Amino acid sequence: MAVQSTTIDRKLAERPPASLWRDAFERLLRNRLAILGAVIVLLLILLAVFGPFITPYEYSQTDTQLVREARGPANPGEAGHLFGTDILGRDLLSRIMDGARISMTVALVVQVTVLLIGVPIGALAGWFGGRIDNLLMRFTDITYAFPDLLFIILLTVVFKDTWFGGAMDGLLLVFVAIGIVSWVGVARLVRGQMLSLKETEYVEAARAIGVPDRKIVTRHLLPNAIGPIIVAVTLGIPGAILAEALLAFIGIGANPPRASWGTLITDGQTWMSSEPHLLLFPAIAIALALLSFTFLGDGLRDALDPKLKGKQ
Amino acid sequence: MTTYIIRRVAWLIPVVFVVSVITFLLMHAAPGTPFQPVSDRPLPPAVIERLEEQFGLNEPIYIQYVNWVGNILQGDLGPSYRIRGRGVSDIIADNMWASVQLGTMSFALAVILGIPLGVIAALRQNKWPDYLSTFISVIGIATPSFVLAVLLVLIFSVTLHWFPTSGWRGPEYWVLPVVALSGYGIAQVARYTRASMLEVTRRDYVRTAQSKGLKERSIVTVHMLRNAFIPVVTILGPLLAGLITGSFVVESVFAIPGIGRFFVDAIFQRDYGLIMAVTLLYAVLIAVMNLVVDVAYAWIDPRIRYS
Repeated sequence: MAVQSTTIDRKLAERPPASLWRDAFERLLRNRLAILGAVIVLLLILLAVFGPFITPYEYSQTDTQLVREARGPANPGEAGHLFGTDILGRDLLSRIMDGARISMTVALVVQVTVLLIGVPIGALAGWFGGRIDNLLMRFTDITYAFPDLLFIILLTVVFKDTWFGGAMDGLLLVFVAIGIVSWVGVARLVRGQMLSLKETEYVEAARAIGVPDRKIVTRHLLPNAIGPIIVAVTLGIPGAILAEALLAFIGIGANPPRASWGTLITDGQTWMSSEPHLLLFPAIAIALALLSFTFLGDGLRDALDPKLKGKQ
Repeated sequence: MTTYIIRRVAWLIPVVFVVSVITFLLMHAAPGTPFQPVSDRPLPPAVIERLEEQFGLNEPIYIQYVNWVGNILQGDLGPSYRIRGRGVSDIIADNMWASVQLGTMSFALAVILGIPLGVIAALRQNKWPDYLSTFISVIGIATPSFVLAVLLVLIFSVTLHWFPTSGWRGPEYWVLPVVALSGYGIAQVARYTRASMLEVTRRDYVRTAQSKGLKERSIVTVHMLRNAFIPVVTILGPLLAGLITGSFVVESVFAIPGIGRFFVDAIFQRDYGLIMAVTLLYAVLIAVMNLVVDVAYAWIDPRIRYS
């Protein structure tokens, strides 16, 4: 008996203190696809931050040498352009790198908008319940009923000529508009979390010792709901990137010469049969981004779901 | 259940009302009017004034809204301000069919292909059917519908000449657009089905069934499928909404005479009546489809009781 208990003690001592986050992180590390996704996401973020310093050319700069020779766009690898140039002789690699900047900004701005609207609405509805819950959830239902893309197009047209419409080459407005129609999922999720968490014993204990409501919500409930929120936000990013690309396809988005991946793809398909690289490279770029966020989000969900604990 | 459905249908009325008010206000807040588009050659002011008077656009906005509601209730969607000589009702009636066909076929394909792909992948986890299914999912997630559309045209129309490049005149015209639009849906449905089948595999009742010596076939069909479908059904509502509103991109690549292109044009041309009609049509369509999904949810999972 004594021997057995010492081995258990030693095992316990060797095992680092298991917090939910450390466990989750270890589970995440075991998921190869999620790690691949995380690495690509990290690269894209670095590219977005430092892109302007490392692009081989300015994204808007025309290779005058090509123009002087009065020839078509350079093919990949030609004339010092790794990915070739577009019809106007602009370096495609540099344009795609700048596009990464736009796509990562979509991810950021849309999801920040989603959090800023969705979390308070969900938290208020879930915490107070009753009439406030009813009112906020009806509001959520109505937002859900709007045909998303149509509403985004309408919003961007209305505010196009304001200062807001001109910010970030016209992109900020598009991003915020996407966010305004995308928060419903997060609001419902937060509300559901609130409803189940507020019945827990530690919340009851906090209430019993007189912790004010606001503090219970911000200190106890939201931090405990943060796992599912992170997952929802990560998995929402591909949708936001896709929405931006769809809008670019119908001509709503970055003002030229700026171009998002969506714009590059749209331009590229015009020249598809003679210059396939113009479609191919941006399509690969967007595919990488969509997949890496999806894999990372899936991995996070599996890692953060305590139900799966010990089953892998 | 019947009361629940009636309540949900009644709930459509306030939803449509609020959606229509917000759309009406936004639309009128956009710079320019149907007869004064921001970027067109301007008409003489006197002409604009007469046109606006003729169509009641000089009235205060709430009067315009009340008039519009009055006309709608009488079944009159009003004239199109930009497409001469055609009523909004005609435009909708002529073009709705193609969009509805495209949307429903894509949704059906996503479900009919996605579910078996997910089920087979889960049953043969880490074997070739799983990898094939994952490969299809990866392509579906990674390729936006318009890229998929362009690639399909390039491969199957331009190179192989199997299908026509554009139009909407018969079954051979349907194949490529439906595949392009449903690619994302197939991937999502397959992914969710696979994950939820794997989850169900670990449940006690499945282990019990296995230890009783039931055949795999009956374990899968009797015990697993129905339970595995429950989480899948929850994504069908948003998926369908996405297919309906997203179809205009595919419509434009394949030159399909659907509603989608009218909406985009209508917004840019400030064709008020048409904007309202299309928005409301989509809103009602999405709401009704969501109701269908919710009812299906209760049907698949008898534990769910709507009150």
